[in-house]
Order: sequence, then C-alpha cells, then structure tokens
Amino acid sequence: MAERRGTKKSRKNTDTTGGAGAEGADGGTARDGTTEPRPPARLAVRKTYKLYLGGAFPRSESGRSYPVASADGTHLANASLASRKDARDAVTAARKAFGGWSGRTAYNRGQILYRVAEVMEGRREQFAAQIADAQGLPRAQADRIVSAAVDRWVYYAGWTDKFAQVLGGANPVSGPFYNHSAPEPTGVVAVFAPQDAPLLGLTSVIAPVIATGNTAVVVTSERAPLAAIDLAEVLATSDLPGGVVNLLTGRAEEIGPHLASHADVNALDLAGAGGLAVEFERAAATTLTRVLRPGPGGGDGEEAWLDTDPGTSRMTPFLETKTVWHPVGV
Amino acid sequence: MIFEYAPAPESRSVVSLRETYDLFIDGEFTPARSGDHLTVLNPADETELARVAVAGEADVDRAVTAARRAHETVWSRMSGAERGKYLFRIARIIQERSRELAVLESMDNGKPVKETRDVDLPLVAAHFFYYAGWADKLAHAGFGPDPKPLGVAAQVIPWNFPLLMLAWKIAPALATGNTVVLKPAETTPLTALVFAQICQEADLPPGVVNILTGAGETGRALVGHPGTDKVAFTGSTEVGRQIARAVAGTDKRLTLELGGKGANIVYDDAALDQAVEGVVSGIFFNQGHVCCAGSRLLVQESVADEFLPRLKERIAKLRLGDPLDKNTDIGAINSAAQLERVRELTATADEENVERWSPACELPEHGYWFAPTVLTGVSQAHRVAREEIFGPVLSVLTFRTPEEAVAKANNTPYGLSAGVWTEKGSRMLWTAERLRAGVIWSNTFNKFDPTSPFGGYKESGYGREGGRHGLEAYLG
Repeated sequence: MAERRGTKKSRKNTDTTGGAGAEGADGGTARDGTTEPRPPARLAVRKTYKLYLGGAFPRSESGRSYPVASADGTHLANASLASRKDARDAVTAARKAFGGWSGRTAYNRGQILYRVAEVMEGRREQFAAQIADAQGLPRAQADRIVSAAVDRWVYYAGWTDKFAQVLGGANPVSGPFYNHSAPEPTGVVAVFAPQDAPLLGLTSVIAPVIATGNTAVVVTSERAPLAAIDLAEVLATSDLPGGVVNLLTGRAEEIGPHLASHADVNALDLAGAGGLAVEFERAAATTLTRVLRPGPGGGDGEEAWLDTDPGTSRMTPFLETKTVWHPVGV
Repeated sequence: MIFEYAPAPESRSVVSLRETYDLFIDGEFTPARSGDHLTVLNPADETELARVAVAGEADVDRAVTAARRAHETVWSRMSGAERGKYLFRIARIIQERSRELAVLESMDNGKPVKETRDVDLPLVAAHFFYYAGWADKLAHAGFGPDPKPLGVAAQVIPWNFPLLMLAWKIAPALATGNTVVLKPAETTPLTALVFAQICQEADLPPGVVNILTGAGETGRALVGHPGTDKVAFTGSTEVGRQIARAVAGTDKRLTLELGGKGANIVYDDAALDQAVEGVVSGIFFNQGHVCCAGSRLLVQESVADEFLPRLKERIAKLRLGDPLDKNTDIGAINSAAQLERVRELTATADEENVERWSPACELPEHGYWFAPTVLTGVSQAHRVAREEIFGPVLSVLTFRTPEEAVAKANNTPYGLSAGVWTEKGSRMLWTAERLRAGVIWSNTFNKFDPTSPFGGYKESGYGREGGRHGLEAYLG
C-alpha cells in the first residue's frame, strides 16, 4: 500500500480535461516542459471514493482514509479505510437484505445480474482506464479484462435459474416417499476479494455468491480498491436491492478477523486472504462458518480469472442442500 | 347487485401491420417463388389483417440451404457465450416490444389480451432468457462433457400459442448451436414475422433463423426435406403420426408434442372453491385451445352435487367477447374450421344423450365464437370423453375411489397432463405416481415455466420442452 508521505508523483494528467493547457492543475508542469504555472482550461471534478453499505455510499465511520496509487506510484485517490464497526454494519446490512434477495425468484435474480452487465457495458471506458492505471496494464489488455468482467455477469445471470436443476433432484428412496433435494443459499458470505485482480477477480467472486441468493460483505483489494467502488455504482443502479453486496475498502488484516469470527456470517470466500487465510479459517471454526479456501494461481493478476466457464465451483461452497420427505399413499 | 363492465379495449395503435409479408430466409424478407399468398383473418371479426407468402418446395430448399450454411460457417463455430448473448438480446427486445406483440397475438389468434399480455409474452421472453443462459453451460447439463448441436432443425408449430410455441422451439435450438427453419401455423403467422424483424434488430447472423409461412403443404415440404437433422412438431396427434412415418428410415431426430385429454381429478377433501377456479381455468383458458387442457373433470361422487352448481355459477360469470378488451375471459375460436370441429364433436354429445349446459351468453355477430359448455352424465365410452375437442367444452365424469379415479384418468390414448385436487399431500403424490401423463398439476392448473419440462406420455408425443431436459432434443 502506498504510504501517504511516500506518494512520489502527482495525479496523472487524465485528471484534467480540456487538452493543452489543462495540465498544471496539480503539479504545475505544462506539456512543453516549462515550469511556469498556467491555469487549466477546465479543472476535472474528482470522485470521492467511499464505502458501499446497505445500498448507500457512506464514508468510514472511523473518518479514516488511505491513499491509493497507480501501478507506477502516481497518487490516484484517497479510499475510505473501513473499520471493525463498518464491517459489523456491513454484516447487519447483508443479513437484512438476505430474506428479500433469497426470496426473489431465480428468474428475477437473473434479470438483475444481466442488468448489471448491461449497465457495466456502458461504462467500459471508465473501468478500462481505472484498471489500466491500477494494474499498469496496456489499454488493449485492460479492455479484454473489462469485457471478461461484463461477460462474467452474463454467465452468472444464466446460472441463477439453472444450478438448482443441476445440483438437486428427486432421490429414489426405497419406500413410499417422495424425496427431493434442492440447494439453498447459506446466508451472508464474507468475501475476501483477490488482491491483484481488482475487477475481473472481484466480479468472479461476487457474482456467484449473489447469483445463488446469498448476500455478500466484500473486502476489496487493498492496493487497488477503486474499481470496486466503480462497480458499486453499477450495482446501485441495476435494481440490485441495497445490502445484497456491501463493499469495504481497507485492510483485510484489520477487518478480516472480525468478519471471520462474526457469528452472523455464514461463509467465507478466502480468495484474496493470502497469508491470513489459515488464521481466518481457524476463526471461522467457532461458529462452523463455511470456508472456501484460496485456490491456486494467486499472484497471476486478472489473467488468472479469464477461464470463461468456472462452472458451479464458486457456487456450491455457499449452498446448503435441503431434502424434503413426504409420504405417498391414499 | 350486478356490476356492468364498461368496455376497456387495449389500443391497436401499438401494432403496425404491413399489407403483405414475405418469407424470412437468410436474414432477409424475400418473396415466395410461386408468388402465392394466403389471407390472415382476425377471428374475432373476420376482417383481413394481412396477406402472407406461401412457401413452396423451392423456398423450403432455399431456407434449409441458408440454415445449413449459417450453421457451418457461423453458428456452430461461435462460442456458447456469444450465442447466448444473441439470445439475451432477443429476450430483451421481446420484453421491450411485449405490448405490441401481445396485442398483435390477440388480433391474430383471438385469445384475450389479458392472457397474451400476462401469460404468453412474459413466458416468451423468459424462455429466451432461460435458454440464453444455457448456451455457455452445456457441459454442465448432464449430456456429456462436450455435447454437440445436431445441425439444422425443421420446426412446425400450432396456432394456439403462436409466439410461445416459437420460443419453445427456437430458444433451445439456438442455445445448443443449431440453426432453424420454422413454419408458423397457417392462421397465426404474424407474430412469427415480427419475430423475424426482431432477429434483424438483434443482428442475428443471417440464416440462423428462417421463417416460412404457409399451410399444410409447406409443413409437409419442410418436414420431408432431406437436408435437415431434426424435426420438432407441436400440433395434432394425427399430423404427428404422419410426421413420425415420414421421418422413419432417415437419420433425423424427432420430438412431438401432440394432443391431450387431460383429467382434472377432484377428491372429496379438496378445497372446493379453489378447485372450481382451477377447473374453470383448466378448460376455459385460451378458449380450451390448449393441448394440456383439463377437458375431463373427474369429480368424486360424494361431492359432485355440491361441486357442479358452484362450477356452473362460476362459469356463468365468465365474460366472452372482444379479445382486445382487458376484461374478456373468453375470446374467439381461432378459425372457421376449428369452430366447425368443436361444433361437430360437441354435437355428438346430443346424439349420445349427454346433458349439455351453457350459461346465458350473447355471442358477437361476426367472428368465430363458441359459448363455454359443460357436458354432464358423460361416460368413458362417449366420444366427448375420448376425443380431443380443443375448445371450451368440459366433460364431467364421476368416480368413487382413488383407484377408480386413476383408472378413468388413464383410460385415454393421450397422456399429456392431469390435475389432482386434494388437501392431503400423500394422496396427491399417490395419485400423481399412478397417472400416465407428462405434467401433473396439484391444486393448480395450466402452470408453465421455462425451467419446467413439458411433454407427453403415450400418443401425446415424445420429448420434453423446457428446463435442462429440453436441451436433449437438440444435442447429439
């Protein structure tokens, strides 16, 4: 994480608009290399990056923030530094949203996830610029990652009304009984998003959790949290009910233990928990919270998440199977 | 107190009809080689809606060739995810244009706009949405790790749910990587032609969907064309038999969704008011033009005297008339020919001394109309208990024991649907286990969902449409 005093460069020139003469707003260095300060044609309006809790965008209750820098060390923005209290508020919001979200028809959840893809497609430029900055990616590669992230929402939109038929079914018990098993969402899932894959990786862990009717508390990439808040703006305008996804920017090390041991969290996705994963898994044991361990391939960045068909692998860990028995007879 | 209903007609202005429609082949509207047309009528007033081209053998050949080329060059090579995105687009456009399609469907078919608006169109969009999501998940559907499309599908659909039957045929075929040549029914081709425009609007590659209008000859030419890999037909059992014969000896795969004579079993412990509603909608939904209609009521003898008056009282409140009126429950019979069939078969009840009842019901002067009808004192030997009437006519039989109910329900060559009305779950399941029918509704009737497989036992056809199961018909 970039230290505040260690930020070497000023915000990049993409921050201003208006072409030549627009620079110098932050650093006072004009394009021709002279140091003479000149007023910009138009000063860009910067975005304040806040948390996403219960459908709203509050600052951290702690009032703290931390500087976020691009891959080359340029200061990009200050992100909210979520606290233990924010994490607890997020769990409360996710729990409150669970009944309504899991009670929606699978078809309706699919419609909403597809809507997320539609809205995100319209903001391709924003996402591509954001992850190109954050990850130091060439623009073409950033575009490819954004496409894959949009398509990932479409992919899971399609799963909402299919996983039950793939995973459940009639059980031929030996007796006069109708016996049927169906998967149900486990509840509130705390997701530790991949540290080095702030958009496609993030999408790939959130979408399967909510596709099946769970609600999520997500700890975003600490170093590159800005795409997550951009994504929150998409979620907030896609008819996704508030509280279904809650995003915390900050340090997994600080808030993670409170989520891992929280009695109202039903499952953990430790995709981005890194070296903290074992500690979190141990804490989860107290309330028998379900755990999806980090998979192999960490550290490969967004590229590691390009597989177009992850199947049910990120859904089944957050599903319970319910079996219903009923006698057959006149 | 009597409440009169003021007219509440849905506006026709959302629909813009062309005078004539050509065939949709290879992404373009193109005239039939023969230059022949047929006239499409509004069955509610017998006015002319449009003239549509009649496809002949040469046109079928062009369409099959276009579908084959699209399959080989584009559609089967595209990733499932990209195919799915085309289907999502189509689903969205259908949602956007749903009122236009609902009104047009009511004008073309005669069914109440209440049904096209609230049942047909939502199901059509949902069906495309559902199968769109399967396109990139076929490896998880239980048909092997890498299931393949069959190729070109020839699809022939009926007039009772024109656009919904189109969706049931086209959505799974396209999701699995097949291309299609579809023939809508002679009397209801118009929404299929708007669907062709929707394919253009979605930038669907040319040739993936081809729509050929025409009558029986066109259907025979399409089903008999040697260049297809699959035939899917929904319609009468008689035509289904002819198709099965025609396909025999070829490599073509075949699925058939045919007629029915569904039994609605009402046990003595049923919630009677709820059962009355279910029995009424089971037979009068869509004027009884429903292959899975509950056209035989089997009511337990001990409650028959209580049940039948309540049933008639409810039927007397049904409103018959202008299909575009939002309060209409029963619309027009789809065609003069169908009205004649309904009349003919119902007349056999009079000859066989079956008691016939209809509520006092004023029929409009123009158009094709048939009052809701209840036949009581029906025995299993009567023609109205054995043959599919496909109209708003309910045959009532009674039974004493559950065994007798099951025996009577199964005493038919058909096996598409059945209903079971009882408050006892174990009895419902016992009955459902013994019924030889593809869909059993309990304490409800005529429910459809894209995730739920639909299809018949016995002479109601073979194959299932809907759900994961519906993929099988289009995968090799």
